[in-house]
Amino acid sequence: MAFKSEELAKAYWRENIGLVLKLLAIWFLVSYGFGIILVDWLNQFTFFGFKLGFWFAQQGAIITFVILIFVYVKRMAALDNKYEVHEE
Amino acid sequence: MDIQTLTFIIVGLTFALYIAIAIWSRAGSTNDFYVAGGGVHPVLNGMATAADWMSAASFISMAGIIAFAGYDGSVYLMGWTGGYVLLALCLAPYLRKFGKFTVPDFIGDRYYSQTARTIAVLCAILISFTYIAGQMRGVGVVFSRFLEVEIATGVIIGAVIVFFYTVLGGMKGITYTQVAQFCVLAFAYLVPAIFISIYMTGHFLPQSGFGGTIAEGVAGEGNFLLARLDGLSEELGLAAYTEGVRSKIDVFAITCALMVGTAGLPHVIVRFFTVPKVHDARRSAGWALVFISLVYLTAPSIAAFAKVNLINTLNGPELTGVEYENAPTWVKNWEKTGLITWEDTNGDGKMFYSGDERNEMTVDRDIIVLANPEIADLPAWVVALVAAGGVAAALSTSAGLLLVISTSISHDLLKRTLAPNITDRQELLSARIAAAVAIALSVWFGIHPPGFVAQVVAFAFGLAAASFFPAIILGIFHKRMNSTGAIAGMVVGVVFTLSYIIYFKFISPELNTAEHWLFSVSPEGIGTVGMLLNFIVAVAVHKLTGDAPQQTQELVESIRYPRGAGGAVDH
Repeated sequence: MAFKSEELAKAYWRENIGLVLKLLAIWFLVSYGFGIILVDWLNQFTFFGFKLGFWFAQQGAIITFVILIFVYVKRMAALDNKYEVHEE
Repeated sequence: MDIQTLTFIIVGLTFALYIAIAIWSRAGSTNDFYVAGGGVHPVLNGMATAADWMSAASFISMAGIIAFAGYDGSVYLMGWTGGYVLLALCLAPYLRKFGKFTVPDFIGDRYYSQTARTIAVLCAILISFTYIAGQMRGVGVVFSRFLEVEIATGVIIGAVIVFFYTVLGGMKGITYTQVAQFCVLAFAYLVPAIFISIYMTGHFLPQSGFGGTIAEGVAGEGNFLLARLDGLSEELGLAAYTEGVRSKIDVFAITCALMVGTAGLPHVIVRFFTVPKVHDARRSAGWALVFISLVYLTAPSIAAFAKVNLINTLNGPELTGVEYENAPTWVKNWEKTGLITWEDTNGDGKMFYSGDERNEMTVDRDIIVLANPEIADLPAWVVALVAAGGVAAALSTSAGLLLVISTSISHDLLKRTLAPNITDRQELLSARIAAAVAIALSVWFGIHPPGFVAQVVAFAFGLAAASFFPAIILGIFHKRMNSTGAIAGMVVGVVFTLSYIIYFKFISPELNTAEHWLFSVSPEGIGTVGMLLNFIVAVAVHKLTGDAPQQTQELVESIRYPRGAGGAVDH
């Protein structure tokens, strides 16, 4: 056991899951939300020559995905350090 | 120099490079053969993953599909990138900490069951094989077009090359070869796009250029390109480019099947065993997506430019049709392959492309990327470069898949199940024999394809979504999940999905329309339903059969934090 106590292990896992769920909510919103469910409504707005819903479906979602992963990498590294379970 | 000679030179040079790398990094031990000794830098690993991942379907066929399907083509863009978020957040770090070679290894150990392992091996072989059968066809198409050989010869030449560096190099050879292949394919994809963007809209960046206005001297100048495309589509009786015709639920299901399938593909997952640390596994997934985005953010612009260009060159700027006598050379070139045809139905001697009864052209959507530089009248070396890129995309993916098939058989099936006493040497030898047999079979499927490349590839994703993804997710996030539940889930998921696909594609293809589909989900999206079934069955069976043993639950606890991750180890 790398954690000092059972409670710390649980707290680490809880924070991890919380972060993942938050990021997955954004992941769902930009692709399934903006790109599919709300696409017709968003298409009334334009964004640099693109209909907004169409843009999310073809480009916006992908750009958001990349950002999400790097945010995750950074936040998880901080979390690992906080609970002292990072790799030596 | 003509296009033919230039193609030979450029494709030849890139081949020499790949083979040189494969020989230079010849694998010594089994560990090297499978996972490059766990010592590949995350940025390089990300690049290799990107090449491994982007197949002939991504490179050759995706932009063409988008050009013809418009908004509906977005399912591929979102579906084939969104899976990396799932991979990075929910799979890669934990599987890396687990530290075994393959997905069936994880499933077998996590579910403490030989049966679970064997089912996982069979699923891995089924998925990889479905996928590689499509790739070999892709290799064959590119070779036969640009080297002007029979498709069968093209498939065989490609197969020999793939066999060489898979078998000689193993994973390490593949990793560095794939880095080179990524560079070739990304360059080949971006260069024509930049040229065309400057010509069409005056924008240097194609990714934002297709939102711009049409440049001077091009039909429709001053209008927004996408608005012009919507207008043209309406005039020609086609669906508006920026709106789709598929039902929302089907778009949702296909996107989900492709995303989840990406996260469950064994040849992609195995990539994350090849980095030194858990932290690197997370970063690797991010870098892979950065490199993939280079191509995927460009694809929709290539699609839009190509569609406008196609309409302009076939129908003329006034949309009155172009005399067949004056047809551009690319039309004549591709007519020889039978992928473009013209039938002068109204007898006026002019070509006309539309979505209604005025239409006189059939244009195969798979030629768009390859023909695009010719359509835009780009220099011959760009055309040759695109050929090299197509070959790189098809070869890199085939090699990765072949490795999964050969390790599944030699490592998972032989060493772990049937003949546990074989030596390292014998294991390596059987991996090579398995690769040879797999490639011989895929050559046969490449010459006698069971369907369109992109379709076959999409089915591989559906199968991965319905089999592996739930078993891995439950294995990590539901520590009490037991083997009976996981096995039942995998079997139900994969059998359901496979039956649905076989029913609509092979048994009753005439019924393959929205009103006959279950919940109006097409065979391409059915993996989503299969995945949900897998989850439901697994959880229900678990409720009835009790928790996983304490030892397994402790194992699951231990993969949930990074400290103590060693290199990938054998048992």
